Amino acid sequence: MPREQLEKLQLRRLRETINRSYAFVPAYKEKMDLAGIKPDDINSLQDLKQLPFTTKQDLRDNYPFGLFALPMSEVVRIHSSSGTTGKPTVVGYSRKDVDTWAELMARALVSAGANRHSVIQNSYGYGLFTGGLGIHYGAEKIGASVIPASGGNTKRQVMLMQDFGTTVLTCTPSYSLQMFEVMEEMGIKASDLQLKAGVFGAEPWSENMRREIENKLEINAFDIYGLSEIIGPGVAIECPYRNGLHIAEDHFIAEIIDPITEEVLGDGQQGELVITSLTKEALPMIRYRTRDLTTLDREVCSCGRTHVRMRKVLGRSDDMVIIRGVNVFPSMVESVLLNIPGVEPHYLLIVDRKGNLDQLEVQVEISERIFSDEVKKLEEMGALITKELESALGIGVRVRLVEPKTIERSEGKAKRVIDKRNI
Amino acid sequence: MAKQISIFLENKAGRLAHVTRVLGDAGINIRALSIADTSDFGILRVIVNDPDKAYRTLREAEFTVSETEVIAVQVPDSPGGLASVLEQMAEENLNIEYLYAFIGSSGNDALVIFKVEDIEKARNSFKERGINFLEEQDLYRL
Repeated sequence: MPREQLEKLQLRRLRETINRSYAFVPAYKEKMDLAGIKPDDINSLQDLKQLPFTTKQDLRDNYPFGLFALPMSEVVRIHSSSGTTGKPTVVGYSRKDVDTWAELMARALVSAGANRHSVIQNSYGYGLFTGGLGIHYGAEKIGASVIPASGGNTKRQVMLMQDFGTTVLTCTPSYSLQMFEVMEEMGIKASDLQLKAGVFGAEPWSENMRREIENKLEINAFDIYGLSEIIGPGVAIECPYRNGLHIAEDHFIAEIIDPITEEVLGDGQQGELVITSLTKEALPMIRYRTRDLTTLDREVCSCGRTHVRMRKVLGRSDDMVIIRGVNVFPSMVESVLLNIPGVEPHYLLIVDRKGNLDQLEVQVEISERIFSDEVKKLEEMGALITKELESALGIGVRVRLVEPKTIERSEGKAKRVIDKRNI
Repeated sequence: MAKQISIFLENKAGRLAHVTRVLGDAGINIRALSIADTSDFGILRVIVNDPDKAYRTLREAEFTVSETEVIAVQVPDSPGGLASVLEQMAEENLNIEYLYAFIGSSGNDALVIFKVEDIEKARNSFKERGINFLEEQDLYRL
């Protein structure tokens, strides 16, 4: 869709969203009243920036259904976060929202090359997590054959992949590598499978990890973006050019802000992604702060899509650890490790504070490719990893080589950081 | 020449017990061993009666393992025996990475396991100088 036409559509949908939110969600009305803004003040897309932000805390404060703009009789689906870091955040969908979501996911899967002939193995967890059902509905919508494998039981996953001729795998990127490990144990090669593409998301992953997955599984790996507060997976997806993720702008408006000053930043500047929903009925989201750091690029993509591209997410500010004043993302560590031949991307960051000084220990699993019977050589490898990490992160790092499979393999989102500081 | 099995071990309680139990349960006899340790990890090096089986068994038990070529040298079991061998190796410029003693002996000789930088060169020098070493099969049979 040409940009001009798209922006007209966005403004119309934005005004509807604001009107409905103001009328039906007391918390939104209160926030807007406090900021001295009425729905009628929103006359252009630029006016959006006058509106107050919505945060995860707002969802928690209004737990469970306080931000819903529809009565529960109109809500057909409820999803929720696990609530490991506090009260869970609860999201709801009307029938039309479920259809919208399926449409977005269908687009995403098609963008990754899937069609009605595809056999899609969906190994995201089914349940309260949006990954499982979100992808499932999209995959059915394009008429693909869906295997609702859900997460876990990796041996069976590999068996299904082989026996059912899975062509597209959907799961977290770290889980795809775990599947590969199990394949190796079972003596199954990538060439024994029909797998052509993977749609991976729900956790940040680096370009190096993409290469690793693509080489090992012999597939094309696509990054998908989404978060349950907005709708779930399908908010943005890579096209075959894989030069950023196209945000579905007919359903969302994306902004980038400075996470500290909350100032809106221009295209190309890195900051926090803020999303406003345009068509959500049950849970409209106005300027939701995603905590995800990225940049936006509005250049028309080689694929022809006019939708804005967001760069691969570097990290969630929730995953980011600040060590001696330096921002450290697990994805940076991963990137460094994957650039050292023989080193596997199985790692764990342990942050601790000794006296007044933060300390970062990076545990790296030793692989047979880097193991040596000589202490000297292993210490050289440890020193090399240390040097590479220190130069990439800009802080001192203590590297600890650990035995294989001692770092927990996650079947959902990988746990990369343990912060032992009591701040 | 002989095959040594090397195993990566974290410095954690029970790891050594675990690896030796895995070998024991597979009916593998340890004939010589040494441990190189650092503050974080150790490398256990063993000579066993069946190195290929040991390698497979340990891999299946998810240890990081490697096979290394070493040389089992027969050293006179008398004062100055080892010194004499080491002096001759120094004269030949044979760099030793590490060495450790074998449990048990071969006739009147003690056995010492050497990991050298250049194993072919070591073999040739030993042959020229009349220093005896055991071939693989003889070593495992001891």
